[in-house]
Amino acid sequence: NWSRLREDWRKIEEESLHLVAPVWNGGTRGIGGLSRVVAPEGNQKKGRSLLQFLADRFYDVEALRDHLLRKRVSKVHQKNRPFNHINQRYGPYVAGAYFILKQGGAVRFQGREWIRPNQRGHFSLDFLKLQAVPVEAVDASGCAINYQGLDSLLALKELQSLWLQRCPHVDDWCLSRLHPLASSLQELSLAGCPRVSERGLACLHHLWNLRRLDISDLPAVSSPGLTRILVEEMLPSCEVLGADWAQGLKLGPEEQPRDTAGPIPA
Amino acid sequence: MLRRTLLLGLCRGPLGRGLGTHRGGSILGKVEGRGGYRGSWMAPSSSSVTFRTQDPAHDVKTVGRLGGGDRDGKMSEIKKKIQSILPGGDWNPLYDTSHLPPESSDVVIVGGGVLGLSVAYWLKKLEKPRGAIRVLVVERDHTYSRASTVLSVGGIRQQFSVPENVQLSLFSIDFLRNINEYLAVADDPPLDIQFNPSGYLLLASEKGAAIMENNVKVQRQEGAKVCLMSPEQLRNKFPWINTEGVALASYGMEHEGWFDPWCLLQGLRRKVQSMGVLFCHGEVTRFMSSSNLMKTASGEEVNLKRIHEVHVKIDQSLEYQPVECAIVINAAGAWSGQVAELAGIGKGPPGTLQGTKLPVELRKRYVYLWHCPQGPGLETPFVIDPSGTYFRREGLGHNYLGGCSPTEEEEPDPGNLEVDHDFFQDRVWPPLAQRVPAFETLKVRSAWAGYYDYNTFDQNGVVGPHPLVINMYFATGFSGHGLQQAPAVGRAVAEMVLEGHFQTINLSSFLFSRFYSGEKVQEHNII
Repeated sequence: NWSRLREDWRKIEEESLHLVAPVWNGGTRGIGGLSRVVAPEGNQKKGRSLLQFLADRFYDVEALRDHLLRKRVSKVHQKNRPFNHINQRYGPYVAGAYFILKQGGAVRFQGREWIRPNQRGHFSLDFLKLQAVPVEAVDASGCAINYQGLDSLLALKELQSLWLQRCPHVDDWCLSRLHPLASSLQELSLAGCPRVSERGLACLHHLWNLRRLDISDLPAVSSPGLTRILVEEMLPSCEVLGADWAQGLKLGPEEQPRDTAGPIPA
Repeated sequence: MLRRTLLLGLCRGPLGRGLGTHRGGSILGKVEGRGGYRGSWMAPSSSSVTFRTQDPAHDVKTVGRLGGGDRDGKMSEIKKKIQSILPGGDWNPLYDTSHLPPESSDVVIVGGGVLGLSVAYWLKKLEKPRGAIRVLVVERDHTYSRASTVLSVGGIRQQFSVPENVQLSLFSIDFLRNINEYLAVADDPPLDIQFNPSGYLLLASEKGAAIMENNVKVQRQEGAKVCLMSPEQLRNKFPWINTEGVALASYGMEHEGWFDPWCLLQGLRRKVQSMGVLFCHGEVTRFMSSSNLMKTASGEEVNLKRIHEVHVKIDQSLEYQPVECAIVINAAGAWSGQVAELAGIGKGPPGTLQGTKLPVELRKRYVYLWHCPQGPGLETPFVIDPSGTYFRREGLGHNYLGGCSPTEEEEPDPGNLEVDHDFFQDRVWPPLAQRVPAFETLKVRSAWAGYYDYNTFDQNGVVGPHPLVINMYFATGFSGHGLQQAPAVGRAVAEMVLEGHFQTINLSSFLFSRFYSGEKVQEHNII
């Protein structure tokens, strides 16, 4: 009976979490509203409406849902906390590397091989000796790194290559923070980040050393083809991998090509 | 008994609608029929209502039927009436009051723009225990057609010269970045304020270069990320700028940019409604207050006033509701001066504290939207010329928004929101074309005008209580940078109301008393 209660409790928690925006779930379902959360199973839908029904009538249930929401958010914050004691003892490079490895990403020190955690998230601590060796490349694909977490990355002054593919919490605000890496960063990949839009891409012009930029598959960018052209104009010495310029144009004899100019506000 | 109340509820239907609030209706509806018959409502036998006339000469007979055919509509109407009669409904036996504000409220916020809603939000967030304070927001135009918030260009910067302004702006940008944690409402989609982190670029001529350096020092001390650029660096970074006449430029690298103010307003409104704040669509026409003659510690006599009631006039109607209140917050934006006059602020011999008016008045400002295909690209920041002209990029289609603040002599008449296109030709376009040569060929697509809640004293906000009208608090007078400081100011006012002093940011230099003592908090960077 206890196990059944536990199961019910976990189901309620999961259902309430489905009521939270998809981006907080760590999935890359795009920035759609909650209305786009489609529950394929019938009983999930029933569960959601039951919780909603209860929340409309009981303050306790509403407070419970708020609490679960806050717990979810604080979990992400916890993952992005800075490791100050490691920084003080071993220096910023090791602290940054430890941070990335703990999140599930990979790190490459100058002149070394890639260090990756295994499937269970464990990694060897050999790199603790490399206090004076700068970190050259960081692969944070899929990690839950957010605005706060970038503190640890920005200390890596000689970072040349940064991959932030499919990071669910990297948004325009994070991109505006990357300017301290301008003198060293040569390669940046933002492919598949659900929260990055053209407004954040506009502040990449600080990165004057950038040679390779990957902005493909960004669901929040409104006109991918036009954005790619504008980014190429903004960063003339950078190779931009992104959407094909014709993407967004509906070509065909019966259809007119869509106006690629942005929408003009009234 | 129940039948009688049901009858009353039914009676109120067609007759009760349209009765004014200060007109009572009789319990037994009397209807004057033709020929002087007196009729009265009788128990209906079916879902339709029947009329019976009593004619002494003739037998009782039915005269007519009301709404005989509409059975389902009647049923739902009956259900609604029963629900409103039962406890918890808004049925008042004398008249319909669902459109009126409550008869009493702890805090009444005059003005439902971004500042008023921000104060409401922080009051509800910081109150202990939960649900302790009843807040009412009175807004006379729920379409916000003339509100400064939605007509604003939406910029936010930390490049001010007054340290408190920098702190307010830093707090506000923090609020905007975490807006979905602050303003999260269960079941509603997250907010996207469309923030463009492109930064502000302020240009200074020879004369202003020293002031700019000082300002940047102050800003860096408070934690803003601003860098100074020489004309050569400026040309390297932004090749489309003509640096003639520019001696120095300050560029905000982070935490600066522009966003969609309507989204912030709707987000605040939604959250604040979910926290239980009441909204009223009406206008404040009167304050009923009482005065007390008190002696200060040094023995001089002071007349302290306390507002007891706020009369809220309902839109497009003559009826009003007196709302008893403990605290009134003046967040009426450009019309704050008029609201303050209603409270008697400034009625006294000039030169005294009683005679010091709230120096906030309406000022009209124009914003123009133009298209320039050869114009600056995606990296364009919010550029402010030394002449006061400003522009920023809008969208991806080489459209730009911009304008200029007129000098005192050319201030337009704030009576309406008509746009003067000659102003663009004469005052905005020449400096723009000089600064950005690509703007020599541009085409104005549209324009609009909005109001500044202009503080004629020192162009900075007024925050905190009035020294004499002890329960009126101000949150107004920001002269064009109210939107970017609204979250922080809301918190400051809420702290003042709940705790009695400022806690997070010390805004004591923004109190009302500076108008009497003459201490100006002058800002050198206002556009």
